[in-house]
Amino acid sequence: MDFDLSEEQRLLKDSLDRLIGDRYAFEQRKAYAQNAEGWSRELWRQYAELGLLGLPFAEADGGSGGGPVETMLVMEAIGRGLVLEPYFATVVLGGGFLRHGGNAELRREVVPKIADGSLILAFGQTERNSRWNLADVMTRARRDGSGWVLDGEKGVVLYGDSAGKLIVTARLGGGQRDREGIGVFLVDAAAPGISRRGYPTQDGLRAAEVTLAGVRVGADAVLGEPGAGLPLVERVVDEGVAALCAEAVGAMAIMHELTVEYLKTRRQFGREIGSFQVLQHRAVDMLIALEQARSMAMYATMMAAEENATERRDAISAAKIQIGRSGKFVGQQAIQLHGGIGMTMEYKVGHYFKRVTMIDTIFGDADYHLRALARRGGSPIAT
Amino acid sequence: MDLRFTPEELAFRDEVRTFFHENLPESIRTKLVEGKKLAKDDIVTWQRILNKKGWAVANWPVEWGGTGWTPVQQYIFQEELQLTPAPQPLGFGVTMVGPVMIAFGSETQKKHFLPRIANLEDWWCQGFSEPGSGSDLASLRTAAKRDGDHYIVNGQKTWTTLAQHADWIFCLVRTDPQAKKQEGISFLLIDMKTPGITVRPIITIEGGHEVNEVFFDDVNVPVENLVGQENKGWDYAKYLLGRERTGIARVGLSKERIRRIKELAALERDGERPLIEDERFREKLAAVEVELKALEMTQLRVVAAERHRTDNRPDPASSILKIKGSEIQQATTELLMEVVGPYALPYQPEREDDDRWNEPPIGPEWAGPIAPTYFNWRKTTIYGGTNEIQKNIVAKAILGL
Ligand SMILES: Cc1cc2nc3c(=O)[nH]c(=O)nc-3n(C[C@H](O)[C@H](O)[C@H](O)COP(=O)(O)OP(=O)(O)OC[C@H]3O[C@@H](n4cnc5c(N)ncnc54)[C@H](O)[C@@H]3O)c2cc1C
Repeated sequence: MDFDLSEEQRLLKDSLDRLIGDRYAFEQRKAYAQNAEGWSRELWRQYAELGLLGLPFAEADGGSGGGPVETMLVMEAIGRGLVLEPYFATVVLGGGFLRHGGNAELRREVVPKIADGSLILAFGQTERNSRWNLADVMTRARRDGSGWVLDGEKGVVLYGDSAGKLIVTARLGGGQRDREGIGVFLVDAAAPGISRRGYPTQDGLRAAEVTLAGVRVGADAVLGEPGAGLPLVERVVDEGVAALCAEAVGAMAIMHELTVEYLKTRRQFGREIGSFQVLQHRAVDMLIALEQARSMAMYATMMAAEENATERRDAISAAKIQIGRSGKFVGQQAIQLHGGIGMTMEYKVGHYFKRVTMIDTIFGDADYHLRALARRGGSPIAT
Repeated sequence: MDLRFTPEELAFRDEVRTFFHENLPESIRTKLVEGKKLAKDDIVTWQRILNKKGWAVANWPVEWGGTGWTPVQQYIFQEELQLTPAPQPLGFGVTMVGPVMIAFGSETQKKHFLPRIANLEDWWCQGFSEPGSGSDLASLRTAAKRDGDHYIVNGQKTWTTLAQHADWIFCLVRTDPQAKKQEGISFLLIDMKTPGITVRPIITIEGGHEVNEVFFDDVNVPVENLVGQENKGWDYAKYLLGRERTGIARVGLSKERIRRIKELAALERDGERPLIEDERFREKLAAVEVELKALEMTQLRVVAAERHRTDNRPDPASSILKIKGSEIQQATTELLMEVVGPYALPYQPEREDDDRWNEPPIGPEWAGPIAPTYFNWRKTTIYGGTNEIQKNIVAKAILGL
């Protein structure tokens, strides 16, 4: 057993900390958000130069062969900085589909563009009636010669407005919620028939509603097995959830730091408010919630590459539950212990609270996963 | 002991309910149901409707336009407002500065201001908190120095709710810097148009503008705007803060939210069936409803005990109502987050010019205000004395710790 980082991983973490420290001060972040796309292309190029965008891809495909731990380190830094750039959408989700579902030819074509920062990807899964059920797909894929025609609507597509290519699920056959009959397609975002309505999200990031109307794609647009794409989606989403857990931990850690700092500086009744025992205990409870979340984010990272899908799914659900619950407690208390200041847009802590709250709504909230886990028979107990 | 309303009380409830349904403009009700912000005009319109009926300042003595209702009737009235839902009469005037003037103000103040409060000619805001004085309110530093027949006010107030609409602000100011901190405070009425006052918006985390900073730079206030005696302001403030025993728990508002949760959870599908049919969701909802019922009963006990009270001292039971009431309100906003699911994410700010805003909504048409309300409602455990401070009060005043 070894929870320590390797030398290389430590270097990565240091350079991430430096990057966030130098480039992601609160005011800088505000400025990036003012860009037309809501994030900074210039920083994106820097991430490329630092090798962050090619991190999880095999060297043969033009990446640097990082694994789940590397992704965890990046995502935690993203959480600490409340980073706006589409790393999760492009590298974690989009990249995941290429790694697990793209053939060698496609990977060699697309991965270098991700790694050099020229291609943004987005994953269109959610539909108006699907909630978080990955098998609930109404978007249709019809055979058209050797290719396909796609029709349907995808919602809350993270960074769907910035993406150069979209990855969407569509149904080749079967009923609305059948596990069989789902295909995954890589589509040019500028293809005729695609319209996108981009918007800011509650936490200051971006998403889009995407309509596909008679969008024609070739046979080579299919990722994984046509009609048997759900296991691929689940695998990529599980990796995604592990990454989100790490991001949430980064954000929670900052909320806890800010709160403890505030308890030590804010004075009322002639003393630091941190001298009130009830607030000390609350800060300790926040720490416990944070550490529980951190442990589960590590667990999720460890299990993200698990080949046994059932074990992997259970582990990921367990982590998402813990993150959701801890995130809610840490976020709510961070606001509460700051008093009025915590409620203001001008102060950092509320932005972290909003991000962590929104992470709970992506790929299933704590309750959704709790139900799913309970239905499957509960969390695997460590052996 | 009979926990039910009497036939007379029930008849009264029906009368109030009918009046609200017949007289509240539908556009205002819809905004409240959908969790949207009210415009200043909405609040003014409604208060004037109530005033015409003689119900604008229901809690005041009859002499000043009050209704003479029993505490139970007052409670029913509040409850029906929240259930309709209709706007609450602006509290800063009706439940705060009005009663303080009635108890401690001069005849001139009463004659001039009270009818204007009832008809919402003057919009009042509350200038108590300062950047350095929140929970420890008595440490406030905004200074008022006597200069002939004026006070000169310098300092800063903050978190001032709806000061952007206000004509007047009632302030706690320090008139004797030498005295013990509670003993050097006075209660001043200040015209917001006086030169030297600057209002700056504070945007809250969900993106709304409901609080402000208010700066005072050599602001001249005539001495006749002092309420009661100089340096007795702390007593008046305590009177003000302790008066609101009913309504503080906002049971009616939580009931209305729960009704809304059920309505929306029936619309939102979770797989084969509506979310409302999900066992686990129903259990969670029921658990909140049980807490709410218990709170309602607790509140009724406090209301019923009211008629035995002879003094006007703050009732520490109101702290219990505030703590539990705010927690339940927050729980309802969390349940709404669960209902909306992935469509909590799009940020869809409300437009002031709502009517001309015809971009179609993103996701379900009711989704927009849900996450902002969840964020914004964190305030309820902070304002009006934080829940930690309320617990300190209970520990001291009820438990003697
Ligand atoms: C939306 C909103 C609207 C408001 N409207 C108004 C208004 O119209 N007019 C007005 O005058 N004020 C208003 N307030 C201010 C409100 O009353 C204060 O925010 C509140 O009293 C807390 O003060 P503070 O923000 O300075 O927090 P602080 O007092 O600094 O408290 C910070 C934290 O320390 C805790 N704490 C402090 N002292 C103790 C203690 N002794 N024991 C245990 N815990 C303690 C608090 O509970 C809190 O968690 C409003 C606030 C908000 C958020």
